[in-house]
Amino acid sequence: MNKLKSARTGGILVLMAIIAVLPLFLDNAFQFEIAILIFFNAIVCIGLNLLVGYGGQISLGHGAFVGLGAYGSAILTMQQEWDPLLSMVVAAAFTGGLCFIIARPILKLKGHYLAMATLGMGIIISIVINTEDQLTGGPDGMYVDGLSFMTDQIQWYWLIGGLLVFSVWASLNLIHSPIGRALRAVHGSEVAAEVVGVDTTQYKVLIFVVSGVFASVVGSLGVYYSNFVTPDIAGFFHSIELVVMVVFGGMASTFGAVIGAAILTILPQVLTFLHDFEHLVFGLILMLTMIFLPKGLVPTIADFFKKGDK
Amino acid sequence: MSAEFLQFLFSGVTLGATYALVGLGFSIIYNASHVINFAQGEFVMMGGMGTVFFLGLGLPMPVAILAAIALTTLFGFGLERFAIAPARGASVVTLIIITIGASIVMRGLVQVVWGKEFHAIPSFSGDEPIMIGGATILPQSLWVLGVTVLLVLALRYFFEKTIMGKAIIATSLNRDAALLMGINVRLVLFISFGLSAALGAAAGILVAPITLTNFEAGIMLGLKGFCAAILGGLGNGMGAVAGGMIVGIAEAMGAGYWISEYKDAVAFILILLVLFFKPSGLFGKTGTERV
Amino acid sequence: MSLLKVENLSIEFGGVKAIDDLTFTIEPGTIHSIIGPNGAGKTTLFNLITGVYTPTSGTVLYDDEGVTGFKPFELAARGMSRTFQNLQIFFNMTAIENVMVGAHLHLNRGFFSSFFGLPTIKEGDRHCRETCLELLDFVGLRDYADTDTDSMPYGALKRLEIARALASKPKILLLDEPAAGLNPAESREIDEVIKKVAERGITVVLVEHDMKMVMEISDHILVLDYGRKLTEGTAQEVRNNPDVIAAYLGG
Ligand SMILES: Nc1ncnc2c1ncn2[C@@H]1O[C@H](COP(=O)(O)OP(=O)(O)O)[C@@H](O)[C@H]1O
Ligand SMILES: [Mg+2]
Repeated sequence: MNKLKSARTGGILVLMAIIAVLPLFLDNAFQFEIAILIFFNAIVCIGLNLLVGYGGQISLGHGAFVGLGAYGSAILTMQQEWDPLLSMVVAAAFTGGLCFIIARPILKLKGHYLAMATLGMGIIISIVINTEDQLTGGPDGMYVDGLSFMTDQIQWYWLIGGLLVFSVWASLNLIHSPIGRALRAVHGSEVAAEVVGVDTTQYKVLIFVVSGVFASVVGSLGVYYSNFVTPDIAGFFHSIELVVMVVFGGMASTFGAVIGAAILTILPQVLTFLHDFEHLVFGLILMLTMIFLPKGLVPTIADFFKKGDK
Repeated sequence: MSAEFLQFLFSGVTLGATYALVGLGFSIIYNASHVINFAQGEFVMMGGMGTVFFLGLGLPMPVAILAAIALTTLFGFGLERFAIAPARGASVVTLIIITIGASIVMRGLVQVVWGKEFHAIPSFSGDEPIMIGGATILPQSLWVLGVTVLLVLALRYFFEKTIMGKAIIATSLNRDAALLMGINVRLVLFISFGLSAALGAAAGILVAPITLTNFEAGIMLGLKGFCAAILGGLGNGMGAVAGGMIVGIAEAMGAGYWISEYKDAVAFILILLVLFFKPSGLFGKTGTERV
Repeated sequence: MSLLKVENLSIEFGGVKAIDDLTFTIEPGTIHSIIGPNGAGKTTLFNLITGVYTPTSGTVLYDDEGVTGFKPFELAARGMSRTFQNLQIFFNMTAIENVMVGAHLHLNRGFFSSFFGLPTIKEGDRHCRETCLELLDFVGLRDYADTDTDSMPYGALKRLEIARALASKPKILLLDEPAAGLNPAESREIDEVIKKVAERGITVVLVEHDMKMVMEISDHILVLDYGRKLTEGTAQEVRNNPDVIAAYLGG
């Protein structure tokens, strides 16, 4: 128990140290850009991991929730001239509300049927964003003003880095609370959870909403950071990318989600020197990792050390 | 029946037949292995692109088609042998991601070897539209429908009458029992992936003259085929065929009578509505989950 | 005043009646056994009582409240818990965490206090861990507390389910073949655990094939066959019933 707790605190401290020291090693705007992108992706993945990794409910549509946050913010600030932070909150509330409404019918489904439904929901949202060009600018995307008080990139680095640390901390708090145990119980055996008093539907809905809100907030901040948004953010490929990050890093591991996001954000950048071969090699790396480390990176490494203990 | 309606119906059943074949591919692999193969759409794409390539080599059409199907089938075998078999016992999500990786690899490969451009395959028997009841239908559509019917019948025969087909069914019903009965389950899986790839390729070749093809042509077709398979009840072959037809017709009607921009959304709206009321598809098994 | 009243209960699966017009009552503070050959409908009956299945017809009254169609978690909140014939362990958790899930209803479950890791949550968990350790001790599993359940032996998991069910502080506990698959020594341990549970004043409903155990500890026995009541009564009465002898020797 104490060992577990110290691993949690230790993990957060290591993460904080890395975020604090990293700027010393980043020597241009592009590298900072990648670091910030990793933080953004990691935060979405932490939320998604609560749903997929801990709750065992697959979602192939979470890109759509990032998209709702992004476009919600973009539309409210640019067309309604609302304050960006208020827009972010309203967009998050909208996304959370939508998640709440669709969670019940969707999360009644299991396995591949759930995969289909979340995938379909994501695609519908992305088609709407692509099509309603009066509102969204269509496939060309739209320009968005940033946050006036965020004047340079390094500020963004600290803001999003800080938010990442907060997300990891909050996620770990949640996992190690009665809510988190109930959630993992839903994954382990729904019927056993029910007979000891866990309202499994309620927890599935809750975590769907939480993960949707995580995604939405990142979407909002993302457009304020990059000043631009295109429909790709809500698309099928972005949704898939997010799940892949979670599974690659290791399901049901908060740090795994962060590491998965980091590696799979950097990898395509590293592979650009391969030009046309980029996707081919990326696909191969993905396949080989999942074939040989089916539980993902962090749980596999953790198992390795656990075995070493005995 | 108005001519307009008939026109939409023709394009709907043509689309539907394609989705049916793709959906059948999902079902066959699902039955044998309980894997949802997200590279199914890439089999479809590879059929079309392969035919383009072999035609480019100067091979006559029928030979090019057979060569493309054979090539795609090899990929199906390869996927089972080198990616799915070694990951036996991995979770559903992990298996999904492996097949997604495979789809990325296949798209990447086709793009590297054959480029990114769109290609057309000549129609099998001319482009002169045929008039029926005031509406027109392309000869290629008739090819799509005719070949789909033949393939569906052939598959029924295969699953009901041949030893291998029955072995696949037995494995899907109960893998352990099948093993005990001396069924070579590994071979069953291997054959299922090959068969499914061949079906996908056939679908891709049939529609390529109508829709053009490039390395990304399989993505939407794959997703809609998945819709078809789920709509009909996963693992239910005839359900997938019916599901494909329903999706195709709904899409054509949606595009015709509603807003054509939302054509691609129709399949997904339909599947969500159906799943909300029938969580295991239209013809899927329902029952109380055993505890 | 009976604790549980089952009236004209039936359920069909594809036209076959797995439970057929069954009526009986369970008195509080007793050990009530349900026996019958395989496929008689014992597990199905448990599933109906605990809300896992919804009956085709008939009613279940618990504590004088009509609870037909209630969800399992609603019944758990009213003091009903159970174990499963086919293990339903949370294999993604340690033994103690499994038991702590059992205590779910008795913990502070506020979202924001959990999200921000407030001291009340941590305090509650510390206390919960203590009581759950006692429960593990009660079923003889204290040494396994922080073991991952996927590396625990079958017999231990059977007892873990009992500890988890007890953590919900039930008034009535339904045990579905708790000794199945265990060796005689392990069976005897389960036997002791059940007696101790009953001594705590918890009403026990037991499905078990080990006749020696059933006859020894039951206050009342209900015999099922093909979903119908064959007979019921004390161990003595049931043992001498010719129908029971026929069903057991004939089937
Ligand atoms: N969810 C279900 N779906 C279909 N049939 C079921 C289901 N649950 C139980 N049955 C059937 O009900 C009958 C009783 O089974 P069960 O209650 O498990 O018997 P027991 O526990 O007495 O051995 C069996 O014929 C079984 O096949
Ligand atoms: Mg039973």
